[in-house]
Amino acid sequence: MLNHLSRVLACACLAAASALLPAAFAQELQAVPALTGHVVDTTGTLNAAQKSGLEDKLTALEAAKGSQVVVLIVPTVQPEDIASYANRVGNVWKIGRKDVGDGVLLVVAKEDRKVRIEVAKTLEGAIPDLAAKRIISEAITPKFKTGDYAGGLSAGVDQLTARIKGETLPEVATAQTGNPLSGLLGGFDWMDLAIFLFFAVPIGGAVAKSVFGQKLGSLLTGGGVGLLAFLATSSLLIAGMAGIAALLFALFFAGMSVLPSGGRGRGGNGGFGGFGGGGGGGFSGGGGFSSGGGGDFGGGGASGDW
Amino acid sequence: MKRWLLILSALITSATLTGCGYNDFQSLDESSKGAWSEVLNQYQRRADLVPNIVATVKGEANFEQETLTKVIEARSRATAIQVTPELLNNPEAMKKFQAAQGELGSALSRLMAVSEAYPNLKSNQGFSDLRVQLEGTENRITVARNRYIKTIQEYNVLTRSFPTNLTAMLFSYQPKATFTVENEAAISKPPTVDFGKK
Repeated sequence: MLNHLSRVLACACLAAASALLPAAFAQELQAVPALTGHVVDTTGTLNAAQKSGLEDKLTALEAAKGSQVVVLIVPTVQPEDIASYANRVGNVWKIGRKDVGDGVLLVVAKEDRKVRIEVAKTLEGAIPDLAAKRIISEAITPKFKTGDYAGGLSAGVDQLTARIKGETLPEVATAQTGNPLSGLLGGFDWMDLAIFLFFAVPIGGAVAKSVFGQKLGSLLTGGGVGLLAFLATSSLLIAGMAGIAALLFALFFAGMSVLPSGGRGRGGNGGFGGFGGGGGGGFSGGGGFSSGGGGDFGGGGASGDW
Repeated sequence: MKRWLLILSALITSATLTGCGYNDFQSLDESSKGAWSEVLNQYQRRADLVPNIVATVKGEANFEQETLTKVIEARSRATAIQVTPELLNNPEAMKKFQAAQGELGSALSRLMAVSEAYPNLKSNQGFSDLRVQLEGTENRITVARNRYIKTIQEYNVLTRSFPTNLTAMLFSYQPKATFTVENEAAISKPPTVDFGKK
């Protein structure tokens, strides 16, 4: 008994100690700054004109090629190495288009006098480590040495832009709102629907009908499929179509009874059960910079100092 | 009555099937294999760089032979290890593999440090290019290793926590080996700094 008590006490002590220890001993890593634009400057090194000049260049690149290049200036990256800091920031921000992942992060640690170009995996072909190193040692650091940060960054960005422009990348997608149908049908795998209809619906429909009866069962199947399709595809159009298809399927599958007179009307309701969950469509308006969320940074790029 | 029983049993079956984590095991097992391949890929990239580095350094007359031999030997030891998927489930073999790769890493960093003393080598464009590539490869190895460690951690938590440990027991899934520091004892000692001796 006493033994047990002491173990519990020891456990409690350990818990308390482990709660205190990290605060006392762990070296705090630098926090990842908020991604507010193509140029994030936490040191106030660049003045407004220099910042907007860089911003314009990078926005133009994103409009032309879709690639996202972000410049980050921080005072220090201690206690980390600039390579691991840049990698960490890159993988938190995930800059680069979704499904393409074409992002580049240019990090300047001003007090450490270190600079790094961190390249996402997609662009490692366009900007191999050697090219990144050359950009740093030939375009960026010579200007940094003279204290011309804006000039160094501008020259570096120009070289990165030239490299990215030479690479064949998927074309920039036109605004999502341009074609509402493609927005509604976007990213949907028709095979999934087919498989679902041909395997799950007969089984589910049979169970639902045996429990709730012919009409209610079919209605529930239709509504359920509509809802599932909406959840799976986030598309009202598909959800509605899937719901109606499932309803008809469930109704005709048994083939024992005639179509009830009210079936069509209610079928509509059941099929459009998916509408209930709708409302929050994912149309993102233009304007403002946000990460594409596709960049995967595997440690490519190069570092330099001045 | 009978149909309710049917429904109940269907519900219970589907709940237990998703709750036992079988599918999670499968997907994490596959992603750990993928992460491991990436680690191997980067190690291979480093091993491929070594002959070029050695060839360039050899061009430098009177380069410290011992350092060079060590790199060559370490490379041949590291590439001699047969890497099979079973390695992941075999902590002993994993340890050996890690030790060999660690040795190659430290031999290479020693070589790079020594090369600083040779001005010809430092100004050699080919050599500094190789240096950049080696540095990039080491960074990639670090990232790949970190990702592997994270995946394995998820897998191991799944094999050891309730109730998924029952599934692991049923299918005899073992926790997988992960990376450790090769020289734990050496790095936990504070370094001795002595400027007096050369």
